[in-house]
Amino acid sequence: MSLRPDFALISEWIAPGSRVLDLGCGDGTLLRHLRETRQVSGYGLEIDDANIVRCLDNGVDVIQSDLNEGLSEFFDDDSFDYVIMTQTLQAMRHPDRLIEEMARVGREGIVTFPNMAHWKNRLQLAVGGRMPVSRVLPYAWYDTPNIHLCTLHDFERLCEEKGLRILERAVVDAGHRKRRLAALLPNLMSEIAVYRFTRA
Amino acid sequence: MPETLPDNSVGLVTPKTQTFETPLALDCGRTLPRFELIYETYGELNPARDNAVLVCHALSGDHHAAGYHSLSDRKPGWWEAAIGPGKPLDTNRFFIVAPNNLGGCKGSTGPASINPETGRPYGADFPIVTVRDWVRSQALLADALGIAQWAAVVGGSLGGMQVMQWAIDLPERLRHAVVIAAAPKLSAQNIAFNEVARQAIMSDPDFHAGHFYEHGTVPRRGLMLARMLGHITYLSDSAMREKFGRELREGRLNFGFDVEFQVESYLRYQGQSFVDRFDANTYLLMTKALDYFDPAAEFDHDLAAAFRRAQARFLVISFTSDWRFSPERSREIVRALLDADRAVSYAEIEATQGHDAFLLPIPQYMKVLGSYMRGVAAERAS
Repeated sequence: MSLRPDFALISEWIAPGSRVLDLGCGDGTLLRHLRETRQVSGYGLEIDDANIVRCLDNGVDVIQSDLNEGLSEFFDDDSFDYVIMTQTLQAMRHPDRLIEEMARVGREGIVTFPNMAHWKNRLQLAVGGRMPVSRVLPYAWYDTPNIHLCTLHDFERLCEEKGLRILERAVVDAGHRKRRLAALLPNLMSEIAVYRFTRA
Repeated sequence: MPETLPDNSVGLVTPKTQTFETPLALDCGRTLPRFELIYETYGELNPARDNAVLVCHALSGDHHAAGYHSLSDRKPGWWEAAIGPGKPLDTNRFFIVAPNNLGGCKGSTGPASINPETGRPYGADFPIVTVRDWVRSQALLADALGIAQWAAVVGGSLGGMQVMQWAIDLPERLRHAVVIAAAPKLSAQNIAFNEVARQAIMSDPDFHAGHFYEHGTVPRRGLMLARMLGHITYLSDSAMREKFGRELREGRLNFGFDVEFQVESYLRYQGQSFVDRFDANTYLLMTKALDYFDPAAEFDHDLAAAFRRAQARFLVISFTSDWRFSPERSREIVRALLDADRAVSYAEIEATQGHDAFLLPIPQYMKVLGSYMRGVAAERAS
């Protein structure tokens, strides 16, 4: 099985031998990949029972906990080189607080989320008059876990308000491939945003 | 009585006894001149002698962790749910060792044993033993069995405390530590419950200051009360409600103090049957070992500092409805392990059964334990 392209992208950003915390780590695929290719150490945080078992099957150290409760019960400031959160921010009760927590606990934060301002989403809302449904956002409005969707502009504004410095931005499509047009008109053309940030 | 034993049971087992003739110095400053440990084993020790797993028991547990002693046994060992071929502690892969702790009443040297200095039962003169003493004595058993390093040390409740002490005191002698439904030390509330249990036993006129063997009595009422109290703390409010509600045994109120509610009947039954199989002095000792357990104490009350000595990888498990050793207590353990940069996984199992959940075959619990232990076995093979 080939690695999810956003995982490949994130891997390129991780310095070998670093300490990593993966928030909402799923079945532990990313951590396992980083351990095997980047010799990282670290933990995953995950809430789902089935994923806890899959992480253990993958030999990944996983802590069962609810990200909505924050990270302070388990982690001091600057405990990790990187705190990663892929496709989870939009499902959090307080994304703003969690972003701050990531910057507190890690030297750098890496976050990926679906871009609500992607032209397909805009089209569905503007022309169809319906809440957008896509490969990246497959849920109906009434049963979606994605309760805090945002755009690239929104996220960058939040970072500014929180005093966080964006170190790098990558914009990709639903297949997580980089597109030239997305680089030109990121907020319109990218389906998924990938950011690396730190405390200013 | 089972006509045949289930395929996934270790089947018929026979306990063995190891005698230690060298004196054992205890935390309390006293020394046991000689002692015996009774234990059971399941599975086969491999030629490399690296597939051994130590199972530590809880307050009222013993060495009979799995299987049956005879075909007429009504019940198997206390952790039949987890130990056996194809089970999480898979006897096809592991050699499992389950001892009865020092101070116990099932065959290891304890208060009912003969004191070689007096020729009479120790009774109240049996020294108070600690979790550290147990670890020391279990290490001597490992030596005797030719096990230099456990693949894993596993235990629930008071058993989980022994696991932590193992990892801290003898770090090079275990590769994995599985700590289930435990706490880094007792709370004031935990100690309070233990103290009421002890008072129940010690105030029984048949207790005779711990020397009841010589009086030919058993402090039945006290031990029964202690067990009834204990049982309340092992179950959750919701488990009790589900199991008994306010059911009346005779379907009506009798306006008297005999057993009326089902829950009363259950507690009395649990208490009475316990008296027939357990020793009051051992109960006192076990509760003291619990009260005294505090591995952080000798590290300036810094649990992370204590865990920095550990080399094992940890799996910590808690149960949502456990209020005796709640998930918060397990998260304290996890937090300290994270602070100490140790490898740790943590699972919080959704369960309604309270503290007792750690003995039950709850599917998610068994999956977590099984996946982790498969990893332990695979690592050994590689």
